Amino acid sequence: MSYSTPPGPDSDPRTPASTDPARASRPYRLSWWYLLFLVQFVAVLWPPFYNRADPYWLGIPFFYWYQLLWVVIGGLCTAVVYLATRRSP
Amino acid sequence: MNHPQWVALTIFAALFLFVAWLGMRASRWRRGDLDQLQEWGLGGRRFGTLVTWFLVGGDLYTAYTFIAVPALAFGAGATAFFAVPYTILAYPIFFMVFPRLWEICHREGYITVADFVRGRFGNRWLALAITVTGIVATLPYIALQLLGLQVVIAALGIGSVGIASYLPLLIAFVILALFTHSSGLRAPASIAIVKDILIYATTLTAIVYLPMRLGGFAHIFAAVPRTKLLLEAPGPHSTGSYGAYATMALGSALALFLYPHAITGVLSSSSSRALKRNAALLPSYSLLLGLLVLMGFFAIAAGVAQNPRFATGFHLYGNSFSVPALFLQLFPGWFVGIAFAAIGIGALVPAAIMAIASANLYARNIHREFIDPQPSERRESRIAKSAALVIKLGALAFVLWVPTDYAIYLQLLGGIWIIQTLPAVISGAFTAWFNDWALLAGWALGTITGTAMAFATHLTPAYTLHVAGWSLPGYTALYTLVLNLALAALLTPLFEGIAARTGRPATS
Repeated sequence: MSYSTPPGPDSDPRTPASTDPARASRPYRLSWWYLLFLVQFVAVLWPPFYNRADPYWLGIPFFYWYQLLWVVIGGLCTAVVYLATRRSP
Repeated sequence: MNHPQWVALTIFAALFLFVAWLGMRASRWRRGDLDQLQEWGLGGRRFGTLVTWFLVGGDLYTAYTFIAVPALAFGAGATAFFAVPYTILAYPIFFMVFPRLWEICHREGYITVADFVRGRFGNRWLALAITVTGIVATLPYIALQLLGLQVVIAALGIGSVGIASYLPLLIAFVILALFTHSSGLRAPASIAIVKDILIYATTLTAIVYLPMRLGGFAHIFAAVPRTKLLLEAPGPHSTGSYGAYATMALGSALALFLYPHAITGVLSSSSSRALKRNAALLPSYSLLLGLLVLMGFFAIAAGVAQNPRFATGFHLYGNSFSVPALFLQLFPGWFVGIAFAAIGIGALVPAAIMAIASANLYARNIHREFIDPQPSERRESRIAKSAALVIKLGALAFVLWVPTDYAIYLQLLGGIWIIQTLPAVISGAFTAWFNDWALLAGWALGTITGTAMAFATHLTPAYTLHVAGWSLPGYTALYTLVLNLALAALLTPLFEGIAARTGRPATS
């Protein structure tokens, strides 16, 4: 958490509102890293993968611990994407 | 109703007074001129990674969530777990869209999402559609927060008849109105920190302690009826409950950050970087929510519905009483006080943010746009403060005089309505390709069809489509969003063509 906001007009909350619409239209660059997000969609949106009770873990049916596990994996994926794409705006 | 729980009640009241004091003092936190709407309504866009985490977490994971989702598990079983994939998928979407939206809003000084749509597409009527949808979808949500508060107050054993039963709710309401008025968004931001510490402490204790009392997870899940333990496998030529589960999760994830209170949380952040970090950090709340859903099963295993002590509570509040009953049955009084305070304060935080977000919308996109185009800064923030009060009074009246079911139905409709703002908001963050009138036509079609489908299914979230001999039950919001997008995409080249021919400049 030691990163600070980079200096520039964006870090000043009193920046006067710009009226130039072209500035708002900076092209959006997709990164290959974003494919990591796709994995999560497939993993949790296809119930046949996980709609079963076996194997149990600590007495919890698979259906429940599988999806809870994906909360953690999802958070980690996002962290990886953030760190990997941090340098390129 | 059960007798007053004096120990729990004392702790509950003490924690409530503490957050009331904190909320009033918050006006001095990261001090700014509260006569400016940006200061009152967005906390001066000064919240870093950590405060944003508390604020957005406190905003999205509400008292109603903590009561209603376990209640759904208690009543309907595995289906309730859709909240978990829902909150998993919300964050990748959030990561890709909202830091970009933040940057544009920050650069242009936009305070609401309708400001953004207005600036992006240059159409005040499209912006009005976004504004009205946002306010209407948020109102029942505020009412449900007050309802969540009412359930825990009733569970504390305060008289359930006559004026006395409403007194605690009225006191809580006055506290809410006072600190919102005086401190703006700084109040829920500071209270969210207290609320979250209490919620985490309560949930983590409960998830360890309750299975010990109930004979372990294996024993708890053995008590859950077989039909509730898993999703029902679909029959031939149907996607059945699988389709419903997946579309509910995806549709809810797409809708989540379109709510005005979510966007207010996003815009109050100090940098787009803080938002990206939060996309990785906020899932910790999803984990908490997942664990809370399991409490619905704990309540089944504990047999709270058979306990005569809770008969009145279940009679009045239905399955929403299951988690409060579980806590009353198995925890000592002092802990019940902390847990219920967590839920009660968990109602105040989002209720305040929702009221502020709706008030910002009214001040900027209705009053400024259509009534008084040149308000002074002071006047604009005063209008917002008054609007916030009116909105909260409306929610209170709703809770006091309108049957509970109506608030739940309206919130369901709210989900269908708010998702119709997605094409304008999300496409606007990336491209100005869509035509403004095409977006408005898509919005209107999605809203009308969605409402009709909801009424056709007797106000349940899933509608069954029949395609080529297959029946496809799915979340109405998602189905109508596809319709909305299709119409907007179809009409865009048409409208742009007409505009080019008649010489009207196409919107850039």
